[in-house]
Amino acid sequence: MLWLDCPRCGRRPLEEFTFGGERRPTPDGLTDPADRDFDEVWIFENPDGVTTERWFHAAGCRRWLTVRRDTSVDVVVEVR
Amino acid sequence: MSRYVETLPEIRWPEAPKSSYDVVIVGGGGHGLSTAYYLATRHGITSVAVLEADYIASGNTGRNTTIIRANYGIPEAIRFYQHSLEMYQALENETGAEILHQTKGIFWVAHTEMAMRTERARALMNTACGAKTVMVSPLELKELVPQVDLTGGGRYPVLGASHHLEGATARHDRVAWAYAAGASQRGVHVLEHTPVTGLVRDGDRVVGVETPDGPIAAGVVLSAVGGRVTRMAAHAGVRLPVRTHPLHAFVTNDYAQGFGSILASTELACYVSQTERGQMLIGAEFDSQPSYSRQSSFAALRSYSYKITRLLPFLRDLRILRTWAGICDISADYSPIMGATGVDGFLVTTGWGTWGFKAIPAGGEGMAELIATGRPSALIAPFSLDRFRNDHVLADQGSAGTR
Repeated sequence: MLWLDCPRCGRRPLEEFTFGGERRPTPDGLTDPADRDFDEVWIFENPDGVTTERWFHAAGCRRWLTVRRDTSVDVVVEVR
Repeated sequence: MSRYVETLPEIRWPEAPKSSYDVVIVGGGGHGLSTAYYLATRHGITSVAVLEADYIASGNTGRNTTIIRANYGIPEAIRFYQHSLEMYQALENETGAEILHQTKGIFWVAHTEMAMRTERARALMNTACGAKTVMVSPLELKELVPQVDLTGGGRYPVLGASHHLEGATARHDRVAWAYAAGASQRGVHVLEHTPVTGLVRDGDRVVGVETPDGPIAAGVVLSAVGGRVTRMAAHAGVRLPVRTHPLHAFVTNDYAQGFGSILASTELACYVSQTERGQMLIGAEFDSQPSYSRQSSFAALRSYSYKITRLLPFLRDLRILRTWAGICDISADYSPIMGATGVDGFLVTTGWGTWGFKAIPAGGEGMAELIATGRPSALIAPFSLDRFRNDHVLADQGSAGTR
């Protein structure tokens, strides 16, 4: 993965962007508030496949993008 | 060369797996094999199988930059890695296998006053906890490593460095082979090309593993998986504070003049040493975005080359010969996770990120003791998984060779 298609700036090199972490829902199965807090703070979904994450276009429009990326091959599927 | 071959110990490969073992270790890398070795040698537990999906040391054990050091920033980590470093020094005697261990000393250079403060604190903390680290001035560094450019290419001036005297390297695949041979000669089954596709559960307990050739029952299952540990833990219903990031490394063609030390910069997040063959081995920080791809990237090569040639301009005259990547399990606090998971019969040794190779002896010894006695030793107890829940995280990112 070398490039990201920024919806505002077009195709830009990856070095312009800062990775902002995966975006993941806390599992519905977790009902205890302490467990939910723990999960939100510490746990990573870390899937081997398509994941949703945030990227910041630090050296461009300085907006946050939502990117869907396949981590098993490191290829961007969709940018919003 | 003949000595190199003659001291390669023989691994006794089993014909086929048994249907049941006392201990099944998933992952035939350094940590899995050393745990099996110490179970057999220290605790007399030989009904042990090490299941490796590919060939032994095919994962991160054979992909790292083989640096052994203990110059960490927090007492728990310094004590643990110092113990591991000392075990490495004695490993050739213990196993009878030559691992090409060489004590070289590591310099961590600082380019800003802020970094100098960090390195001074590191040297003091190391000294207090038993690791040998001293500060050196730029001129002393130049004397010991004549190739270094103290101006850092005009951009990263060297203000000083911490010198970790006992820093060392060893040949990584020989470490794995030494442990595999020692364990297999005592009856441990080391099984290659045996992927674990799931865990067998009996109620809340884990009682075995699934393989393509059928299930194998186990008293205890230890996940020593590198890379795909999140999926392995999910089979047991365990969620881990671990992300998986690729880390790239490369070697150049031979540098005939010789480079006796290991040089690293935390601010540039890159490190360089010379292999026994004379190649210059260069690694840096892991990619910022998680990925399971082991494909080397041109962007990484370009950025590592740019940074390391500021410090060592002679590297510009060498060519990149070979490049590869490994996938590192980075724990949320940049320290390893060893021990119980809250699920009976299922233990983990994971979160080894970019600091796993140096910990192979002590990590294996600690996990073997935990499996044999049911209690973690004082050295590994701080690294339990429940530290995240109990607010005892061991944040030590600055010592992990990353930013």
